Amino acid sequence: MKSWNNKAWFLVLPMLLLVAFSAIIPLMTVVNYSVQDSFGNNEFYWVGLEWFKEVLESERFHNALMRNLLFSAIILLIEIPLGIAIALAMPRRGWGVSVCLVLMALPLLIPWNVVGTIWQVFARVDIGLLGYTLTQLGFDYNYTQDVVDAWITLIVMDVWHWTSLVVLLCYSGLVSIPQAYYQAARIDGASRWAVFRYIQLPKMRRVLVIAVLLRFMDSFMIYTEPFVVTGGGPGNATTFLSIDLVQMAIGQFDLGPAAAMSLIYFLIILLVSWVFYTVMTQQDADSAPGRGQS
Amino acid sequence: MDLSWMAWTTPTAIFFVVILCLMLSMWVWELISPGGQPRRGILRFETTRGDRLFVTLLGSAFINLAWLALVGPNLWWALAVCGLFGVLVFVFV
Repeated sequence: MKSWNNKAWFLVLPMLLLVAFSAIIPLMTVVNYSVQDSFGNNEFYWVGLEWFKEVLESERFHNALMRNLLFSAIILLIEIPLGIAIALAMPRRGWGVSVCLVLMALPLLIPWNVVGTIWQVFARVDIGLLGYTLTQLGFDYNYTQDVVDAWITLIVMDVWHWTSLVVLLCYSGLVSIPQAYYQAARIDGASRWAVFRYIQLPKMRRVLVIAVLLRFMDSFMIYTEPFVVTGGGPGNATTFLSIDLVQMAIGQFDLGPAAAMSLIYFLIILLVSWVFYTVMTQQDADSAPGRGQS
Repeated sequence: MDLSWMAWTTPTAIFFVVILCLMLSMWVWELISPGGQPRRGILRFETTRGDRLFVTLLGSAFINLAWLALVGPNLWWALAVCGLFGVLVFVFV
């Protein structure tokens, strides 16, 4: 007979209250707004599912969603392998460890809007070190006018800002591997690739799940950096869902459509995160003995 | 307490009460018939009852959105599809 320890409820109660006030109540309010039209002064008129239909049929929403998915895919394809590679190259002992960890942590300590400002200036062709150098080298670079340049700038900026997170997570996974595994591999004459494939990568799986989830969610919700660097331009080339959402909610004060759009946005993030989480944690369940019985 | 800023409507209140009732019924179900161990269904991944409710609710949200985009704003048939989807998830997943 299973016994229940109800004292645990008291331990999770503070977190439940915190989540209720920071997430559940605002989410309920967004649901309420998504089915009404507002004219200010707290006056609301029931419109049913009209805003959802409008958003789902809107080309503006489709384009922003595609931009977001493309951006997240590129970010994951670059940051995850690069983060693993840097973590593998980092020293495991000696003074170099502290130096590398501090260097890796530095970009993570900089606020998003400051990162945006740094890169906005850095990439300018008239005064920015990157933009000016590229122009002097003969590249036709201008992130304010060229779509490809704007995208490259945002991607490089995000890689600079967030690869460190992947590196630190992978590094924590790597240092937790007991030396006995490496000694056994050495005795067996395993190649460098075999050590990575059969020892290091499986041991990093859990931290990689966290890294992929965090980077997907963060890149899919990106707002501040592109807003500061490109403002969503040139044209709408870097207008991601979050920028579009803020323009709709605050710029145009269309609270109903913005609420409907944010709910659809939330559901997409929830679905993709769940798929990532399920696929990656399933490999753990498969390798655990005695589990998975129907 | 003034909750007018939350702009409550009767249909949205019913929606959240239904979600709450579903969660409470899961709790009662677990008390009556404990069965929280993960199992492996046709999708070949382990799920608990809570996972299956989550998949049902998330899937239902997308069924309703797809219905709205492709068929129209009358979602009663979509609700029936969601009910069928939920049964299938709880039986086979």
